[in-house]
Amino acid sequence: MSLINQAFKKTKKENRPALLTYTVAGDNNKKKSLEILNSISRYADICEIGFPHNTPIADGGQIQSSAYRALKNGLKIKDVFSLVKNFKKISKNKPVILMGYYNMIYQYGDDNFIKICNKVGVDGLIVVDLPYPENKFFAKKCKKKNICFIQLISPTTSKKRMKKIIQDSHDMVYYISMLSTTGGKLKVSPNKIIDRYLKIKNINKSKNIVIGFGITDKTIYSLKKADGIVVGSALCKEISKSLEKRQNPVTNVTKIVKKLREKIS
Amino acid sequence: MKLKKKIPLIDQHNKSGFWGGKFGGSYIPETLKKPVEDLTNLFEKLRNDKKFLKERDYYFKNYIGSPTSFIKLQNLTNHLKGAQIWAKMVSEANGGAHKIYGATVHCLLAKRAGKKYIVGDTGAGYAGKMLSMAAKKFGLKCKIFMGAKDIKRQRPNVIAMKKNGAEIVPVYSGSQTLVDAVSECMRYWVSNCDTTHMCVGSTVGPNIFVKICGWSTAQISKELKLQVKSEFKKIPKKIKLINCVGGGSSAYGFWSEFIDYNKKQVELIGVEAGGPEGSKLHAAPLSRGAKIGILHGAASYVCQSSEGQINETESISAGLDYPGVSPMHCFLKDTKRAKYVSATDEEALKAYVLIKKFEKINPSLEPSHAFSEAIKIAPKLSKDTIIIVNSCGDAKKDKDILKAKLGK
Repeated sequence: MSLINQAFKKTKKENRPALLTYTVAGDNNKKKSLEILNSISRYADICEIGFPHNTPIADGGQIQSSAYRALKNGLKIKDVFSLVKNFKKISKNKPVILMGYYNMIYQYGDDNFIKICNKVGVDGLIVVDLPYPENKFFAKKCKKKNICFIQLISPTTSKKRMKKIIQDSHDMVYYISMLSTTGGKLKVSPNKIIDRYLKIKNINKSKNIVIGFGITDKTIYSLKKADGIVVGSALCKEISKSLEKRQNPVTNVTKIVKKLREKIS
Repeated sequence: MKLKKKIPLIDQHNKSGFWGGKFGGSYIPETLKKPVEDLTNLFEKLRNDKKFLKERDYYFKNYIGSPTSFIKLQNLTNHLKGAQIWAKMVSEANGGAHKIYGATVHCLLAKRAGKKYIVGDTGAGYAGKMLSMAAKKFGLKCKIFMGAKDIKRQRPNVIAMKKNGAEIVPVYSGSQTLVDAVSECMRYWVSNCDTTHMCVGSTVGPNIFVKICGWSTAQISKELKLQVKSEFKKIPKKIKLINCVGGGSSAYGFWSEFIDYNKKQVELIGVEAGGPEGSKLHAAPLSRGAKIGILHGAASYVCQSSEGQINETESISAGLDYPGVSPMHCFLKDTKRAKYVSATDEEALKAYVLIKKFEKINPSLEPSHAFSEAIKIAPKLSKDTIIIVNSCGDAKKDKDILKAKLGK
């Protein structure tokens, strides 16, 4: 069983959603981003790591700032891979999902990228601008290398399309909570999000479906019914805030992740 | 990779939206799949709808002022003592540039789609100015995304947009130019696609936006073909159609009716922005050997790092200052139907000065790049060669830059 599936199995047993964190590789520098991951993984069930791109078309201000910070500090794709490798040295069983934009994979070469992912211990991939069905071929290649390709579903996805996406999905599906870039203000009530979520869940109950976009410690509790909840921008924002206040981002981000975990436990 | 005859280039893509199997496509977030599909269906329906076409033609004629004139630059021709130099004065169009064609069509589409809001990106400010004009005309609320650097250097167009009642959203991320404006505009659309129509200012972006823009600017070459035939009684044996290329909307529009001709008869030359002399930065992905990459939802030649980060570009001309280019131009390059070269900032300025000295036209810095190439090659060519330059924008918007550079 894949590490991602194991993580969901464990949280289901504990009768709570999985907590997925998202931080950007190299934010605010290579060393600190590893420290942050090592520290928050005590409370997170799955760690998403963004590989930063300088022209992100679906990210809001918080993640953009994190990405620019990382790139300004000279982060390269090889550093993203060594980050995963070093993280896995300590947390061998913690699932890691890389998330980013397709151009970086394209330049690296699909096969090469997937091969290195597999080698350093990446468990899953989210490619924001490679939608279904165009991603089918790429997704198959991932599966062959035991990497879960994570399909996305949004409030604009039609039911017919949803069924197809879920049918072709691997261990995990990502539901985008609202029409927004990452980190937008939640403009739909959590109850409504859960209503929609359950309808998707009903299509195939055996799939692990997580909710993300715009979720903070204020709203996470009301989304507890989901299989998993992703928090990203709130963490990136905390890193920005810590740097502004000249505080240690590792401690501050860990505090938030701990709090998020407590809210859903 | 081969061009087909008798099929408009905008339709020569495969099922997944790729020209030549590798340029274009729709690399978009899941949220935009549905709105892009809706827009595609609407456009494909309306382009065959006689009533809609009548409406479009009515506005092209009575609002935009089609056809724009086709004139000989006799003094410049005499001075250069070579090929005849002609100009298609697209800058006469309402608002002063070709961007009005796409803006008008997008507003008509937005109305049919029942959308009340329209958003768009702008570099030189022309796409934004025209969209704000058309939005006002058609009763749509308009938001324009513009890089903070461009807001400073294209002030006259910013003032025009504000006068038209558009909200201008300054974009401070990245290089603060067109590339960032397009990203921010797409992000806005992701968040508001249920109420808002998005207009992409050039033949770039996801497949459907390339098509709508090209379909709109194609009006230029429809007019030109008739004008050339009436001037010369037939299509002359040696024509060169020279156009500047940023995203490539005016060049596509200028060439579309002539792509089927043999290239020995009708040569297509695109001129990209080479940036300041001696600078490593430019905005010339086609002529300076950039690699294929994915930018703003489409695969094209893109100025980028080996890792796939998009490079900063630099050009005196805000309208050409873009790291990517239309997938259709990549296709024309790889099939060798069109030739792409670049002109530096200095060359464009020199061309502008020469044009002003001999002719009564006032081309903006974008077409000045195209004129620079015409001036360069004309003396070496025979007198029966016809060079036609698309003078696709008016230099009013450039008055601050021209004053700083030329002192007048």
